[in-house]
Amino acid sequence: MNLRPDPTFYPTAQMAMSAPVETFAYTLMLSPDGSRPDGLAVVNVDPASGDFGKVVHTVMMPNTGDEFHHFGWNACSSALSPLTGHAFLQRRYLIIPGIRSSRIYVIDTWPSPAEAKIHKIIEPEELFAKTGYSRPHTIHCGPEGIYVSTLGGGGPDGTDGPPGIFIMDCETFEIRGRWEIDRGPQDKHYDFWWNLPRDYMVSSEWGLPPQFENGLVPEDLLSNKYGHAIHFWDLRGRRHLQTIDLGENHQMALEIRPAHDPIKEHGFCGVVVDTTNLEGSIWTWWREGGKFHAKKTVAIPPQPAAADDLPPLLKGFEAVPPLITDIDLSLDDRFIYVSCWGTGEMHQYDVSDPMAPRLAGKVEVGGIVKKTPHPNGQPFGYGPQMVEISRDGKRVYWTNSLYSTWDDQFYPGERGAAMVKADVGLDGGLTLDEKFWVAFPEGYRAHQIRLEGGDCSTDSFCYPNV
Amino acid sequence: MGGDWATAGLWLAVAASGLYHGLSPGMGWPLAVSAGLMGGGRGELLRALGPLALGHFIAMLAILLPFTLLVTLIRWEWEIRAAAALMLVGAGLVLLFWRRHPRALARIAPHRLAFWSFAVAMAHGAGLMLLPAYLGLCGLDLDAADHAALGTLMRTSLPLALLVAVLHTAAMIAAGGTVAVLVHAWLGLGFLRRSWLNLDAVWAASLVLVGGISLYLIGPRPL
Repeated sequence: MNLRPDPTFYPTAQMAMSAPVETFAYTLMLSPDGSRPDGLAVVNVDPASGDFGKVVHTVMMPNTGDEFHHFGWNACSSALSPLTGHAFLQRRYLIIPGIRSSRIYVIDTWPSPAEAKIHKIIEPEELFAKTGYSRPHTIHCGPEGIYVSTLGGGGPDGTDGPPGIFIMDCETFEIRGRWEIDRGPQDKHYDFWWNLPRDYMVSSEWGLPPQFENGLVPEDLLSNKYGHAIHFWDLRGRRHLQTIDLGENHQMALEIRPAHDPIKEHGFCGVVVDTTNLEGSIWTWWREGGKFHAKKTVAIPPQPAAADDLPPLLKGFEAVPPLITDIDLSLDDRFIYVSCWGTGEMHQYDVSDPMAPRLAGKVEVGGIVKKTPHPNGQPFGYGPQMVEISRDGKRVYWTNSLYSTWDDQFYPGERGAAMVKADVGLDGGLTLDEKFWVAFPEGYRAHQIRLEGGDCSTDSFCYPNV
Repeated sequence: MGGDWATAGLWLAVAASGLYHGLSPGMGWPLAVSAGLMGGGRGELLRALGPLALGHFIAMLAILLPFTLLVTLIRWEWEIRAAAALMLVGAGLVLLFWRRHPRALARIAPHRLAFWSFAVAMAHGAGLMLLPAYLGLCGLDLDAADHAALGTLMRTSLPLALLVAVLHTAAMIAAGGTVAVLVHAWLGLGFLRRSWLNLDAVWAASLVLVGGISLYLIGPRPL
């Protein structure tokens, strides 16, 4: 029990930016063929340490076939909400769902990240019985505890009923049940986030389990059957308010990134691919006059390529799509980082004017065609994928794997795990750090990264910047 | 003379518990700060204090009013006071041992300040804290009065309950409002991180303690 709020909780995003610099990162490791257990790697990210860039500890799970993807904390700055009156939670447990097995692990990072261990395992049957949902994905800590989005409904292939969000207790990790009271027309799910004092939630759509578990289904993509809408919800009322259809050609609306300063009523969403021209896009959504609106504010074109350089899936197009698979917004709401997993580029946009993003920096590494090596000479397999920004906005970390079966379709053959770091210039600009190169155990791929003490895609702030 | 001092002490307890509630971040002053920051500045902050006070006031009355009727049952004065004291001890014990994330409070929308303030005061048993003082004041008044008819008792107990709730709420909102203005204008939100002490256990223990003391003071049942 804490006598004071956890020192890693901050009332405002601005205050979190001046938090102590991270010294550890947590990175999920995936055994792509499910032959070995998935795990959590603890990476030393302190440049002053002799272990800088090394995996200093791993927690391996007792099962195989979980498929780790995203994860999150049991508690964050949202505990300082003036409404909950429960500020004394600890940022201590990592909640790691297996999106293939529907099993959920709770990892205890106390007393030190290097001693992280399994605290609790929630078996898939319990999740099915208590929620009717399957394939848990995004984790956020908020007013009612831990919110978890799922990608599947009931039944063996997860199509018996729509997927949705469920609530877990943030101290006992008991599954409390479904979050939605009225889901409106929402029938697919992916990411979600919110604005706590303004009391709304935004969610997005990937596709149903048969559309991703055994690989991307080209016929479904070309007939625009993946998700292409974002949904807006009354957060405390648990009710659907509004759907914005981005247009059926905008396939796979994934990451939702609201401005961190809750006084701002806008945010962003990344769309993987436009089936009419292979572009990737960033959309800005905002609330005005009581209604939500969305507009495409960045379009990233595909790059021409010889059919011989392309995997079977893309040969017919003679171009490589950027494939925007992850985006992340710095805590000052100034820069958005965009992973172009297909072309092998990390873009940095200045979104000081959210309606007119400006390209401020770019790094090329990996890529289906370019296969740009890291500046240290090492080959970088796949492309930039899950991206995480330090609280102060000065360092950006990313890994390279998207999802086991999709990796194999776009990048046939085993390409290895990578986690790299780039430094951000004072006024934008992005440079890869030659000295930071993480060696993961052989045969594993690397997914989402979480930073010790919080990062730019975990914490929700209850007070505006001053 | 002794009666006067006791009366003053009881009124002091009513006001002091109000100050305590007001200073506690869990009872709402951070919401007033938030209103000021999210909206139009200090005006918005001060306007938020109204519904916060109203909700707290109603929560106090919700506990006191049933007892204004009960005190008319003068024959059972001892039982009533003992029951009130036991309720206090019970609520304290529940809060001591049942420590869970307050999900019900988390369901209240941020703009429903009065309802939120009412619910949070009820959830913490804040009104129970006033009961011994209130019943004490009733008892003292009754001694002074001529143990008269039901109407007379009602005429004293009801205004007394209102007065207790008003004084308590005034102290609460004055303290909370002052902290909110100070944080908004000068101290900054860093104060919230530094000053928010986990008094859950202390709060629960103080309910048990106040209940215990009043049980002791009531003494054995008169024959």
